[in-house]
Amino acid sequence: MRRSSATLNAWLLLLPAMTLLALFTHWPALATFIDSFYSTPRPRRGSAFVGLENYRQIIDDPIFWQALTNNLFFAVGTIPVSIALALVMALWVNDRIAGRTLIRMAYFTPTVLPMIAVANIWLFFYTPQYGLLAQVLSSFGGASHNWLGSKDTALACVTIVAVWKEAGFFMIFYLAALQQISPHLGEAAALEGASRFYFFRRVQFPLLMPTTLFVLINAVINAFRTVDHIIVMTRGGPDNATSLLLFRIYELGFGFWDTGLAAALTVVLLVGLALTALAQYIFLERRIHYR
Amino acid sequence: MNPNLTREVYAPSGAMRLLETAAAWTLAILWMLPLLYAVWTAFHPSEFSARFEPMAPVTLENFTRAWDAAPFARYFLNTFALVTLILGSQLILCTLAAYAFARSDFAGSGVAFALVLAQLMIMPDVLIVENYKTMNKLGVLDSIPAIALPYVASAFGIFLLRQTFKIVPKELDDAARIEGAGPLQILLKVYVPLARPVYLAYGLVSVSYHWNNFLWPLIVTNSVESRPLTVGLQVFSSTDQGIEWSIICAATLITSAPLLIAFLLFQRQFVQSFMRAGIR
Repeated sequence: MRRSSATLNAWLLLLPAMTLLALFTHWPALATFIDSFYSTPRPRRGSAFVGLENYRQIIDDPIFWQALTNNLFFAVGTIPVSIALALVMALWVNDRIAGRTLIRMAYFTPTVLPMIAVANIWLFFYTPQYGLLAQVLSSFGGASHNWLGSKDTALACVTIVAVWKEAGFFMIFYLAALQQISPHLGEAAALEGASRFYFFRRVQFPLLMPTTLFVLINAVINAFRTVDHIIVMTRGGPDNATSLLLFRIYELGFGFWDTGLAAALTVVLLVGLALTALAQYIFLERRIHYR
Repeated sequence: MNPNLTREVYAPSGAMRLLETAAAWTLAILWMLPLLYAVWTAFHPSEFSARFEPMAPVTLENFTRAWDAAPFARYFLNTFALVTLILGSQLILCTLAAYAFARSDFAGSGVAFALVLAQLMIMPDVLIVENYKTMNKLGVLDSIPAIALPYVASAFGIFLLRQTFKIVPKELDDAARIEGAGPLQILLKVYVPLARPVYLAYGLVSVSYHWNNFLWPLIVTNSVESRPLTVGLQVFSSTDQGIEWSIICAATLITSAPLLIAFLLFQRQFVQSFMRAGIR
């Protein structure tokens, strides 16, 4: 009796949140899956069950493969670099170097700015001839280059913006973790004559593993959902050189209003995200048994 | 017993220290460069937007021209209404749900919690196509609630508050109950006050996220009356009439100013909030 009334109370408390979650997370996830097997409704004919047709079209679509390759490049470009930078930043700011409050602020500032706003600034930064980059290079005698307009450099340019935006955010978590490491460990290591690098490699870095896992999961998710700057800076171009998966979903769903294809691509993205999360969990969980 | 012992034992010294300081400062300046560049461009006449002369005249004209060229006052109002609506509803819903998870081991709690955590992987940012259809069916397209709805039940908020409520001593809860307080009273008088720092942390993170959010508002809004600042800025700067860079930079700074100023003033709280929100 007592337990059943507790259960009723708990579910009443959960009701508002669960209703909204069901409406805007669980149902759309399920509906995306179902819709991916149906054709896109058009004015003359409704949607019909087409089986795996949408998936077949995606596999046959060179732009999908390009967006997938771009996204993998973007992930490989942003994840390790921003995590490594974040760690270095945290180590520096954790040491008592001159002006570390200012430095910490400089690293963290991009995090609080809207991506859409900073993308506008970076757009100007990369502008041929007038942009800061072009001016610095030309003062060294370099030729002007259309950084965002060229297929060879555009993807690298938007990758740099993403690294710049998120490294300072990840730094905060490393900084918090570094400050929690007991000072006695450093004392003990110094007594044993460990070098600074040895201390970092064998003491600090292993103790930071849980933080690294947390940051890594965030970095992976970000790599597949950061598209604001793509919309501002390149719109996926030139010639789809900077199209990422979520941008392609946006383009299919709201540019071409092909919701069937967009649904199938969303399923691909969600499955991909779930698999990476699982892989990370299994792989890294084995290495983090302390704590 | 010096708390800074580690840093002192392994703090760099001599040439190493100089090198490290120089490297840290170089990176910091590089990191600030795009922003400094925007500030320079916004505060100088357009002919100086790519020329760096220390004596260039300073002007506020770019700001007034940007402000007059687009309904930024309305966009500010929309964004303000949006973040208030989201944060207000999030706080209520997440508190109630977190309380349910933290206090009692009820039938189906495991399944319910898994259903909540699913949102951490299946983010609203990815479900844009279906959520657009839902908003269309509900007839709320192009409105501020349409931007807010998918984010109100926040798995992150529920998780964060649940962890906080769990460490509230059981004795406090029991004492309140013996004095005859009902479950909601206990929540409001015991749990909520003890979680105040976590509420602050969550609030700052939520406000900065939704102030800056772009893709979903871009999709569901279509008019000046509902557009938040981020979408307004994009509509303004992507018109093909060739707006000067100096004005776009000014508009960019206008959009980012409230958060940026708040961050500069309350740096410590911001940094600690982001830390607190991440560690649990």
